[in-house]
Amino acid sequence: MRELRIHGRGGQGSVTAAELIAVAAFEGGVFSQAFPAFGVERRGAPVQAFVRFDDRKIRLRSQVYEPDYIIVQDSTLIKDVNVFSGVKKGGIVIVNTEKAPDYKVPDGVKLITIDATSIALKVIGLPITNTSLMGAFAAATGEIKFDALKNALYHRFPKELAEKNIEAARQAFEHVKGATA
Amino acid sequence: MALAVGCRARPGKGRDNKTGSWRVFKPIFDHNLCSKCGTCQVICPEGCITEDAEGFFDPDYAYCKGCGMCAEECPKKAIEMKQEEK
Amino acid sequence: MLGITEGSMAVAEAVRLCRPQVVSAYPITPQTHIVEALAEMVANGKLDADYITVESEFSALSACIGASAAGSRAYSATTSQGLALMYEVCFNVAGMRLPIVMTIANRAMGAPLSIWNDQQDSISLRDAGWMQFYAEDNQEATDLHYIAYKVAENQKVLLPAMVCFDGFILSHTYEPVDMLSQEDADKYLPKFAPSERLDAADPVSFGMYATPEYYLEFRYETDKALKDAKSVIRAAGAEFGKMFGRDYSAMVEGYQLDDAETVIVAMGSLCGTVKDTIDEMRKEGKKVGLLKIRVFRPFPTEDVAAALKGAKRVAVLDKNISLGAKGATALEVKDALYGSTIPVYDYVLGLGGRDVRKKDIREVVALAEQGKGNQFIGLRKEVL
Ligand code: SF4
Ligand code: SF4
Repeated sequence: MRELRIHGRGGQGSVTAAELIAVAAFEGGVFSQAFPAFGVERRGAPVQAFVRFDDRKIRLRSQVYEPDYIIVQDSTLIKDVNVFSGVKKGGIVIVNTEKAPDYKVPDGVKLITIDATSIALKVIGLPITNTSLMGAFAAATGEIKFDALKNALYHRFPKELAEKNIEAARQAFEHVKGATA
Repeated sequence: MALAVGCRARPGKGRDNKTGSWRVFKPIFDHNLCSKCGTCQVICPEGCITEDAEGFFDPDYAYCKGCGMCAEECPKKAIEMKQEEK
Repeated sequence: MLGITEGSMAVAEAVRLCRPQVVSAYPITPQTHIVEALAEMVANGKLDADYITVESEFSALSACIGASAAGSRAYSATTSQGLALMYEVCFNVAGMRLPIVMTIANRAMGAPLSIWNDQQDSISLRDAGWMQFYAEDNQEATDLHYIAYKVAENQKVLLPAMVCFDGFILSHTYEPVDMLSQEDADKYLPKFAPSERLDAADPVSFGMYATPEYYLEFRYETDKALKDAKSVIRAAGAEFGKMFGRDYSAMVEGYQLDDAETVIVAMGSLCGTVKDTIDEMRKEGKKVGLLKIRVFRPFPTEDVAAALKGAKRVAVLDKNISLGAKGATALEVKDALYGSTIPVYDYVLGLGGRDVRKKDIREVVALAEQGKGNQFIGLRKEVL
């Protein structure tokens, strides 16, 4: 079983991202499970959402404490929350940031940074970073196929909005693919 | 009576319940004193007092339970409660 | 068809497939997504039902009473304080013997206010005369709705049912669920055809008044109907299994039970985490097993006693507490094992949304091995 923890702020779409990643993973033939860290959701408050992937039915219901993957939707969270807590050796951390990192990820953990905010502003016209980060996640981990992510977005959003989000996800996907190739 | 599932019941009739047997005191109506005002009919909790062709009022003893409310309320003191003969 | 969706959406879809004719509910977290989805289905013609909007949970279930007594299949959903507000109506539904099905997205009871999960809400209504089913995952949560209606509407039973699934932990979780087709659902669950119903042309009163000469007998008969429902539940669960491959004939379900020395007893979504912990502990050579309780009312006392008879010790987990006594499941299990020498240890955990982890289950097993029960698991002693 592999586990993903998403750190975001209320209103950044962390829960939607978790759901769509689970949907895309399921389309790829694995069992997946997505759920939020049921907080009292307020805009701006730090929130978490989780996804599990396995090749058999997932029964575990606790939150994710030792993730294989972490998505940080907003690098300002790194000061507020111990976002890297428990990450496994060999794990992958994806941080949305435009700056060079002034923090360190634990040893043996791979850090991928991406300026998802700029991509979102350019492509969608709004600072909605979760779809770009999904694209980055697909490229970095291979847990979800880009086509499955595309289908999940088409299914969730009206056509025009879906297409903008898919384009943002594609740019992030290609950026990460290029950087890690 | 066998229990009905969910304590369900068909509507019954009050007339099935002959409350006349409960009576210890019996109202005796004196038409000589009666002013035909109808207060007794209105007040009777059993609704057993009816008006006759001449406008006088009398109870149906099959249902009159002898509560005495008619006697208490009669403005003419035309109703007297008498011990039931057993 | 296997698809992935949120638990609440899966439940709403299963309810739609049950073809309720009247839905009345009041939104309350974490149940809201279910009734929002049903309201939308009614509005866009996907569900041919009357959706009665009300100003409170008390009215919601009262509206269902009228609907059910008039002969329609009625549905409601609630949780926590909403269920508490229905308290009086719940007893009326059972006493009138109306087969209403209600989903409970289990949530803690205030005060202090908590929107998070435990099972105190429905457990506190265990005496109301409703059947209570508890789901481990969203597959079970959906399947139990068809079974609940089937059993509730059986002429031998005629009692309401709560289908309980853990709020947020299941209701807000996306996971794969295999959904019946409408054709299959209709085959399993025929139209509701009560032998008696409210009808102006042939008047009848429900839930009439009972004097002391009769009240005791009415309670006896309601209790008997609820106990007799066990065989109907088993049969309905078996029939579901035969038709769709998921067998629910057992009211309790064992996992790694055969040679287990320490048997954990649990209910609801907790069972999944317990099973994963058992797999780990088995690899370490620890003989641990699980007895999952799917039906809490009627309580399967004999099944529990039979399933636990080989255990060295029993550790009961409760996401509720009968304050001043113990967790409700512990009390039932102790009753079931009365007269045996198997020790039963009781643990309260996961209240008000406290996450239950594999390490908590390991702690329970360790405590039971030391003979220590009567504990809250995961207490933060530093804040006491
Ligand atoms: S005694 Fe009572 S019941 Fe009898 S007629 Fe008078 S009011 Fe009616
Ligand atoms: S209340 Fe007295 S006076 Fe009036 S109608 Fe009756 S018996 Fe006559």
